[in-house]
Amino acid sequence: MARIGVFICHCGENISATVDCGKVAETIGKLKHVAYSTEYKYMCSDPGQTLIKDAIKEHKLTGVVVSACSPRMHEPTFRKACAEAGLNPFLCEMANLREHCSWVHEKNELTTQKAIDIVRTQVEKVKLNSALQPIKVPVTKTAMVIGGGIAGIQAALDIANTGHKVVMIERSPSIGGHMSQLSETFPTLDCSQCILTPRMVEVAQHPNITLYTYAEVESVEGFIGNFKVKIRKKAKSLDEKICTGCGLCTTKCPQKKIPNEFEQGMGMRPAIYVPFPQAVPNRPVIDKEHCTYYIKGKCKICEVVCPTKAIRFDQPDEILDLEIGAIVVATGFDIKHADFFPEYGYGKYKDIIDGLQFERMASASGPTSGEIRRPSDGQVPKNIVFIACAGSRDPAKGIAYCSKICCMYTAKHAMLYKHKVHEGRAHVFYMDIRSGGKNYDEFVRRAIEEDHVNYIRGRVSTVFERDGKLIVKGVDTLLGAQPVEIVADMVVLATAGVANAGAEDLAQKLHVSYDQHKFFAEAHPKLKPVETNTAGIFLAGACQNPKDIPDAVSQASGSAVKVAALFSQDMLTREPLVAVVNRYAPPMYSTCVGCFLCQSVCPYQAIEREEFKNREGKVVKTVAKINEGLCQGCGTCVALCRSKSIDLLGYSNNQVHAEVMALLNEY
Amino acid sequence: MKTGIYPGCSLTGSARDYNESVFAIAEAFGLEFIQIPDWNCCGATAAHNLNKELSLALPARILAIAEKNGLDEIIVPCAACYSRLVVTQHELKKDPELKNRICEVIEMDYRGTSVILNVIEWIDKYIVPKLEEKIVKPFNYKVACYYGCLLVRPNKILNYDRVEDPQTLDVVMSKLGATAIDYPYKTECCGAGLSISRTDIVSKLSGKIIEDAEHRGADAIVVACPMCHSNLDMRRPDINKYWDTEFKIPVIFVTQAIGLAIGLSPQKVGLRRHFVEVKIS
Ligand SMILES: Cc1cc2nc3c(=O)[nH]c(=O)nc-3n(C[C@H](O)[C@H](O)[C@H](O)COP(=O)(O)OP(=O)(O)OC[C@H]3O[C@@H](n4cnc5c(N)ncnc54)[C@H](O)[C@@H]3O)c2cc1C
Ligand code: SF4
Ligand code: SF4
Ligand code: SF4
Ligand code: SF4
Repeated sequence: MARIGVFICHCGENISATVDCGKVAETIGKLKHVAYSTEYKYMCSDPGQTLIKDAIKEHKLTGVVVSACSPRMHEPTFRKACAEAGLNPFLCEMANLREHCSWVHEKNELTTQKAIDIVRTQVEKVKLNSALQPIKVPVTKTAMVIGGGIAGIQAALDIANTGHKVVMIERSPSIGGHMSQLSETFPTLDCSQCILTPRMVEVAQHPNITLYTYAEVESVEGFIGNFKVKIRKKAKSLDEKICTGCGLCTTKCPQKKIPNEFEQGMGMRPAIYVPFPQAVPNRPVIDKEHCTYYIKGKCKICEVVCPTKAIRFDQPDEILDLEIGAIVVATGFDIKHADFFPEYGYGKYKDIIDGLQFERMASASGPTSGEIRRPSDGQVPKNIVFIACAGSRDPAKGIAYCSKICCMYTAKHAMLYKHKVHEGRAHVFYMDIRSGGKNYDEFVRRAIEEDHVNYIRGRVSTVFERDGKLIVKGVDTLLGAQPVEIVADMVVLATAGVANAGAEDLAQKLHVSYDQHKFFAEAHPKLKPVETNTAGIFLAGACQNPKDIPDAVSQASGSAVKVAALFSQDMLTREPLVAVVNRYAPPMYSTCVGCFLCQSVCPYQAIEREEFKNREGKVVKTVAKINEGLCQGCGTCVALCRSKSIDLLGYSNNQVHAEVMALLNEY
Repeated sequence: MKTGIYPGCSLTGSARDYNESVFAIAEAFGLEFIQIPDWNCCGATAAHNLNKELSLALPARILAIAEKNGLDEIIVPCAACYSRLVVTQHELKKDPELKNRICEVIEMDYRGTSVILNVIEWIDKYIVPKLEEKIVKPFNYKVACYYGCLLVRPNKILNYDRVEDPQTLDVVMSKLGATAIDYPYKTECCGAGLSISRTDIVSKLSGKIIEDAEHRGADAIVVACPMCHSNLDMRRPDINKYWDTEFKIPVIFVTQAIGLAIGLSPQKVGLRRHFVEVKIS
């Protein structure tokens, strides 16, 4: 006979403020088969768990209902406690009195009644629970890192250094991400390339890392420990093994007027190109969209000049099939460009640039060799205006969030400008200065106090050109909303950081959630910041939200630890909440009629065929069988099966029926 | 298709020149419209500062009369009237209860079926298709197209043109042969209704609009709103005094420019009524 124990939690006051927990415990205690019913302030605390464990032993309980918060929060906690007391963990259920009841209702009789009803459904269900054994699945100890910015690089190196294999997928021709475009970095002003390039090289040379550049994820199937990934390696139109990276081809290509992505459009590149001199790998690719041969069918100059005969015009894209155990998404971010701002001329004024363009301008390897010169006429700007929060924190523009990095890089830009143009004047229009971080506020103060950058608190309503100058009209809210007009030579917009192109598409391939701005979503905003809601897939860097290098790197190391922890196990235990097709003694074998409709609807290709043979070895029946390693317990097949031959363990038809009947029946 | 016209107070008063040019080009292009009978004040800027219901009832009555007279569309040459009428149509559409209340106030049925056109939409729809063949004197001038505030605002409701950098007027002018200059003051405030109470403010704001147009070498400022026109034209003596200079640039309505381009006389399109002499013909 069933002996059920029920444990009502107050969750501090979260539940008890609106639900009369004493009454719930008392009412439930009177139900048939309930051997023990009690309440406690914090069930998840150590004394709370001990209470459950003791009760299991003392009252010889055959099932437990913990009536507390959402099972997403604490089901593992309580199942573990039950197991420690010798009860099969799958004989423990949770009734959600917090999210489903106390948080959403007022304090009154009906709320308590609803709480009682919720607990009753679980009491009825748990009576039908059966002891289940966890499923063991093997772990493929190879990680895939998608995106080769600083976050991806850090994650890959950290994982590789624990001795596990890593495959890095980067869609552009080189790794490095946005950090490779930066000049100097806040808050120390050390050169970005100098600290980044050694790590890029390390990635390329690490024995445990396989790097695929110019490659993208095509599809992802499977589950934690056992992902099956298809990668498209786009044709670079050359044989990387033969190419020596001499660069001759890039100097002879007749196409010379293609806007250079790395220079943010401020320079030109040929059709066969290496994105920047420190690129890893340092081999060119042919940009088919702009190559004369691919457009007109004639040219092949690069093929002629190549001393090693490495060019391969007919190279096809390659599809690779990879077995992967864990995935780190590190696809980074992008920024809005000046054309997003009608009030600043829709991008039609050449001397209004964005932050990344300023980085390239300030960079020693950039198009102006590190000199600040305005794009329109190459003059050194004497008066420069920086506009912070361009697009960010502006619900009217659809971007309500703070981009987090721009206050800091604007201070850096103003400082770099002052260091390069001593007699120049730098003005910053800002809303608030957000400089929380180690040595960050000191950095901003330095810009204001030592470099005499003129900080003006207020927005800029419009910028337009007049007589070759930019007229910046704003307001100074600290001087009683005085209108301010500055005649500037150049304007730099600290534009909003936004999700990278293709993020939504990738999220859908990976089955992970993303927010309304298409940034990847963490599993819990506070306690699971590097996990996604899909087991085995982790986040690193600015693909989650705009963040600076220290934050991106910390998170990357965090995700690497998660991967290493996963790979420290040879077998993963999975919850046995999978579907099963029933089996009976011959000649019945199963009520399954072998229609295999279930096979066509299963999203995880988990349904196989099983043949039964008679003594002569002749096949007498073919029925469905579910591969418990692949089944994700979605239940689609259960709903579909016409002969009711499939049941979901832990959520059988009978259990769900019992829950519903509990609500309909008097007690 | 029956087309009506709502003149509003300006077109029968301070902007008779605008009115004359609208009718003159309509006649030249063989277009007809019926003046909405017994029309009333649209409420302009005053009503919606004082009483929301009144500010909706006034335009609603105009629209209801138009419907009763079977007018499928209404041309509203004044940008302020246009804005009031469209905003009213929008508000009553999204709130049926409010609509019923307003119907009681005006003691008329209102369904919101008439399409409201501003002067540029009307030009785009009826005049532009036949413009090329009619032009006898291309309007070979450099013009600063000044839209003012209400032609494109509130943008979420009007959904007309680009709010920060509108283009429609520029396009019409370039079809006439004019060169529309890059002009950042397109939608800056002219001072609007402060014309009477704070002429000094109008002198300052309108002065900036004029100064920049002259500075950029424009031959004329082109407008599509009687309020803008009176501030930039009629208030010119005050502006010149305020700025201590002699701004000479004329301010013309888009309809006048069309009239001249198709060969109508300056008199016919009301150019003689301007305060600032128009040496364009
Ligand atoms: C103007 C500016 C100045 C800055 N200055 C500083 C500074 O001084 N100090 C500081 O700490 N931070 C600074 N930052 C922030 C810094 O750039 C970021 O913190 C850092 O680049 C984040 O690294 P990441 O790897 O997360 O993303 P990214 O650098 O964006 O790298 C993402 C990588 O993933 C690749 N990728 C994208 N999608 C895919 C896909 N679908 N498949 C495969 N690969 C993909 C991209 O090609 C890229 O290589 C600045 C940012 C800006 C915009
Ligand atoms: S010329 Fe040949 S070897 Fe040299 S970089 Fe180009 S493809 Fe490589
Ligand atoms: S084929 Fe011609 S255009 Fe194309 S990459 Fe080679 S040299 Fe350049
Ligand atoms: S970091 Fe600073 S500039 Fe950037 S959005 Fe936030 S407050 Fe604005
Ligand atoms: S429950 Fe059924 S449909 Fe869902 S994954 Fe398992 S076998 Fe496939």
